[in-house]
Amino acid sequence: MALDFSLSADQEAIADTFGAFFAKESPVDVVRAAEPLGYSPQLWQKLRSLEAPGMAAPDQEGGGGATLSALVVVAEALGEAIAPVPLIEHWVASRACPAPEIVSGERIAAIALRPADADGTWRLVPGGAVADVVVGLDGGELVAVHSPAPMAAPSNHGSAPLADRSAREGDRVVLGEASELDPLLDMWRVLTAAALVGIAERAMRMGVDYVLERHQFGRPIGSFQAIQHGLADLPALVDGGRFLAHKAAWAFDEGMVDGAGVIDMDEGNVTEFAPLAAMAMLHAADAAAVSTDRSLHYHGGYGFSLEYDIQLYFRRARGWANIVGDPSRERRRLADLLWGPAKAMAGR
Amino acid sequence: MDFRLTDRHEALRTEIRACIDAHIDDEVIARAHRTGANHCVELAKALGDVGLLAQAMPGEGQDPMAMWMLSSEAEKAGAPFDSVGMALVIAGVLNAAGTPSQNQRVTAALLAGEEFVCFGLTEPDGGSDLPAISTRAVRDGDEWVINGSKMWTTMAQVSDWVFLLTRTDPDAGRYGGFTVFIILMDTPGISADPIHTMSTERSNVTFYDDVRVGDEWVVGEANEGWQVVSIMFGFERGIANTGALTPLLRRFAQWAAHTGVIADPVHREHMAQVAIDAQVAELLTQRTAWTAAVGEPSGTQGSIAKVFATEAYQRHARWAQAAAGPEGLLGLGESGAAAEGWIDHDVRHSVPQTFQGGTTEINRNNIAERHLGLPRAR
Ligand SMILES: Cc1cc2nc3c(=O)[nH]c(=O)nc-3n(C[C@H](O)[C@H](O)[C@H](O)COP(=O)(O)OP(=O)(O)OC[C@H]3O[C@@H](n4cnc5c(N)ncnc54)[C@H](O)[C@@H]3O)c2cc1C
Repeated sequence: MALDFSLSADQEAIADTFGAFFAKESPVDVVRAAEPLGYSPQLWQKLRSLEAPGMAAPDQEGGGGATLSALVVVAEALGEAIAPVPLIEHWVASRACPAPEIVSGERIAAIALRPADADGTWRLVPGGAVADVVVGLDGGELVAVHSPAPMAAPSNHGSAPLADRSAREGDRVVLGEASELDPLLDMWRVLTAAALVGIAERAMRMGVDYVLERHQFGRPIGSFQAIQHGLADLPALVDGGRFLAHKAAWAFDEGMVDGAGVIDMDEGNVTEFAPLAAMAMLHAADAAAVSTDRSLHYHGGYGFSLEYDIQLYFRRARGWANIVGDPSRERRRLADLLWGPAKAMAGR
Repeated sequence: MDFRLTDRHEALRTEIRACIDAHIDDEVIARAHRTGANHCVELAKALGDVGLLAQAMPGEGQDPMAMWMLSSEAEKAGAPFDSVGMALVIAGVLNAAGTPSQNQRVTAALLAGEEFVCFGLTEPDGGSDLPAISTRAVRDGDEWVINGSKMWTTMAQVSDWVFLLTRTDPDAGRYGGFTVFIILMDTPGISADPIHTMSTERSNVTFYDDVRVGDEWVVGEANEGWQVVSIMFGFERGIANTGALTPLLRRFAQWAAHTGVIADPVHREHMAQVAIDAQVAELLTQRTAWTAAVGEPSGTQGSIAKVFATEAYQRHARWAQAAAGPEGLLGLGESGAAAEGWIDHDVRHSVPQTFQGGTTEINRNNIAERHLGLPRAR
């Protein structure tokens, strides 16, 4: 194999299928109708008919056993459509907890990104408002807790189905050690990065379409160089995010985990999964933020109105990204992965 | 997508490194900075001897990954490589558009690492607006007589040849009536004055005063020179000179580890950001090379890679300098300088990267018009 920036035949087929699916089944009126909860049960049922909820689970458990390289393609299509379904969280949880009713999508699973607090509550779990099962850390263990979904979310920036969930009340199963969450979180980072790339890509195209159509001073505003240059910065951010997400997925599929990959900062060579996943998430979050910001700005006042779709993308660019926590802390975590923990290096 | 380099490319990298290691040391690097010529004959000859220059030459049927790899390994090592990079571009142009005798005489010597060539394109009144140049070549019997001057003829002082863009028919429209010549620098009538810069690199103004050359030195067709320079722009952009973040970060991290500053969470956060941008710059560059390798136009992708990489280089060099405090102000070779003065050098050296080889604005115009499909603004 050799360096190749095109989608493989498999990836191409998946991109076509899911691109067409989300375009047809999750147009913006479906997205709008699902607000403020950010969940469409009908869309979820349609995903089930494609067997999408089980794609990530291992095939010996009846799942699709899809590679991460395949899943990132779906995640980008989902992001482009800002589809109101917690598919990414469900997939990641299903890797740890591939029960038949989860693999089939009959029950929705979610993943708590932060450990439960002292009183046993997972705060603001993405997908938590609609999940029947939540996987996360509690008291040093990875557990799955089955309990009724609240089906309500606090009003939030990205209209995401977030909710606090109990790590203690309900049917609680211990899945393994705390360290088993780390690869799941990295998988979540990569898939969320791909979804954010989808947001960035679509927002860029919405901006281009709008500035071609909108006339001021007797000409399309897209002929003003200030606007052109603001948009011209976006392809690097979008493409860079896409390549990083794909590279991280490739590293995972090739087994570059737990030190099997390379981290050589002198050569600028990184093929280890965890740092690539962190890079993908951080960069894609920036790409989505900048792309939606510029695109909205070039919509002028209309971009601020609820009627225009760009605001839906603007809010999700932040809402889907910031749920992982302060990006400054994520960058420091990346620095630990690349150069080792801070203390060990000091004074060397 | 696949991100693995082939065994052949890994072997190529090993070979390139061996050449660089054998010929580049601190003294060679210091000499380049002292003399202002980012140039090392020994390295060029060594790369030529083992056939690496012939492999890295851009063009149809060639492997653009080889050019990327050579450029990026040289950047990582801080090796004086610019004159070789320029020779490769012109070798590629001559290979695509030159005559057999030009290839025998010039291309072969360039690819052997024995002769060098400078670019005579830009003029005082023809910068970004290159078609506005006024250097004239006029027919006289079976010769051409050239008069005019060129700005920023970098490497003229060490070059055997100049690749010269002239006007031969001023009435042939914006892109018509240009003719490109490949001319020996010691042809009577050619002279050069240095341009000293705020970095260690020297450039030149070159003057062409009744310079007489025969038809055999016309590259491509007379009056069709714009096609020839277009080939050249396609070769240059976004494949070479996009890898500066990796050595910047390496040197900063070494300095930070040495001083203990590396434990500072604020610095760590920024170092991580530099690492991300270095990855992105590399991926965008590899994509440009890959696109060219599969035979598709890579022009806008080159612009995308170039703008991102050069802007990130400036941003992060300036951050590194501020983060290093007063020691970050000390120049190359000064005792006590942060990272032996490389940080100060990077701040200076990164400045022209956003206009050399096409400015950021010109590249953004290119991306806006040809990648995003926006109307022409100019
Ligand atoms: C170190 C160095 C080495 C070089 N080496 C060579 C060499 O070897 N051979 C050679 O031929 N040339 C060389 N150049 C020249 C280089 O290619 C030019 O500097 C470049 O093309 C820009 O031209 P200019 O400097 O005249 O700037 P101008 O064209 O005068 O531009 C000035 C500013 O205006 C902006 N601008 C111009 N037009 C537009 C527009 N349409 N829209 C928006 N903004 C615009 C530019 O982006 C820039 O910021 C070198 C330059 C440097 C600095």
